[in-house]
Amino acid sequence: MASILFYILAFVLLAATLLCVTCRNPVHAVIYLVKGFFALALMFYLLGAPLIAAWEVIVYVGAIMVLFLFIIMVLELAPREQPQGPGWKRWVPGLMLAAAVIFCSLLIIFQDPSAASGNPAHFVGPRAFGEALFGRFGLAVEVVSFQLLFAAVGAYYLGRYQPREQDKEETS
Amino acid sequence: MSDLLLSLALILVKLGLIFGVILGMAAYLVLAERKILGRMQLRHGPNRLGPFGLIQPMADVIKLITKEDFMPDQADKWLFLFAPGLTALTALLSFVVVPFAPPLTIFGRELPMVVCDLNIGLLYFLGISSLGVYGVVIGGWASNSKYSLLGAMRSIGQLLSYELAMGLALIPVVLSAKSFSLTDVVMSQADWPNLLKHPVAFLIFLVSIAAESKRTPFDMPEAENEIVGGFHTEYSGMRFGLFFVGEYINLVIIGSMLTVLFLGGWHGPLLPPIVWFAIKVLFVAFCFIWARGTMPRLRYDQLLHLGWKVLIPLALLNLLVTAAVLLAIG
Repeated sequence: MASILFYILAFVLLAATLLCVTCRNPVHAVIYLVKGFFALALMFYLLGAPLIAAWEVIVYVGAIMVLFLFIIMVLELAPREQPQGPGWKRWVPGLMLAAAVIFCSLLIIFQDPSAASGNPAHFVGPRAFGEALFGRFGLAVEVVSFQLLFAAVGAYYLGRYQPREQDKEETS
Repeated sequence: MSDLLLSLALILVKLGLIFGVILGMAAYLVLAERKILGRMQLRHGPNRLGPFGLIQPMADVIKLITKEDFMPDQADKWLFLFAPGLTALTALLSFVVVPFAPPLTIFGRELPMVVCDLNIGLLYFLGISSLGVYGVVIGGWASNSKYSLLGAMRSIGQLLSYELAMGLALIPVVLSAKSFSLTDVVMSQADWPNLLKHPVAFLIFLVSIAAESKRTPFDMPEAENEIVGGFHTEYSGMRFGLFFVGEYINLVIIGSMLTVLFLGGWHGPLLPPIVWFAIKVLFVAFCFIWARGTMPRLRYDQLLHLGWKVLIPLALLNLLVTAAVLLAIG
């Protein structure tokens, strides 16, 4: 049962990502990717890691994709031309993917009734997860977080305010 | 199997009850807001329909349903239709993890007074509240209108800036409860409410949650005298109604979360627990309406400065001090 669910979710994830890459409308692409992340969260849940599933939704769907939307709106990336072809082509794929994700989550609940109350049969709790993350894999976590810090400092360095040559001449 | 059916039936009954109560509360909060604001501005507010205008919410609903529902030219049709529902849905979903009374024991069966006591309830709340922005943003973008787009952009910037501070302010609460479950958080406040144990975290959370749910003085995304109606400029009829209801459901959610996390939940002397819970929620809602009646709107750059340069460093410092103190006490 779990393996069938896994393959359905994997298909949803791949289809959503493919649609995201090929979609001309950037906001639609973001919505496809969000559906992909929901499928990924359910896959983590199937693997017995509800905490990672929750973080997947909070961090990727709730923060990173929202940032993408912000950038799309700041840059005004909306397509100028009206979309061609029949209307169903635009909403049927999205609806099918969403329906598949909802169907899979319902199946998970019926397969493992205790999942409905948040305590699935086999899972890693927040405490064990934290101990593993900051104990056994502590070094790796620190290295990755340093890398993120370097990336942030690098981005700040590249994007810092530099007065242009003519501005300097005007002020001097 | 019958056990599964019974627990599913219980969950459905609780969902139905909460759905009804929350929608009713949201409808009457609209009336309360109009009445209280009216009094603060030396007016009467709505007082024609029924005693003290108590049937006014019905009239509002009938008006919204019978209004024409139109769509701007070249709007992104499906997203435009879908966005208001998403807003109302995410607002309603947050209530699933809110415990509103201690567990009851009926027929030898323990019945928790919460739809679903997730062991990561707090994370669930944070996740759902960050999903709430999608309805606003997609609605604003799909309207194909400058004002809507401006409102949507403002709401994203605001949400991203304050979400971090809100999450950081909740960590001291989790540290002292030693659990992410909201029931455990309430249990840990049996002696002293978290308001007294973590006053700084309370203030940060109060400001951030007001900013997250776009209440005055942080209502830039729908500042009516700058950008018409912000993200809901182009909406009419019941679709506008869904945005509107979502906002007032959010007010109930703010009240419940503040109550559960900082005001001691259902704990209180004399009165039954559920009454204490309702009193606290309504008091918080009243304070937010009061703030709307008295405080001017912030400028957008002031809002971002407050978020990034004051609240986040303060929350980090508070977290450090709280963790050190808790470690020292043991």
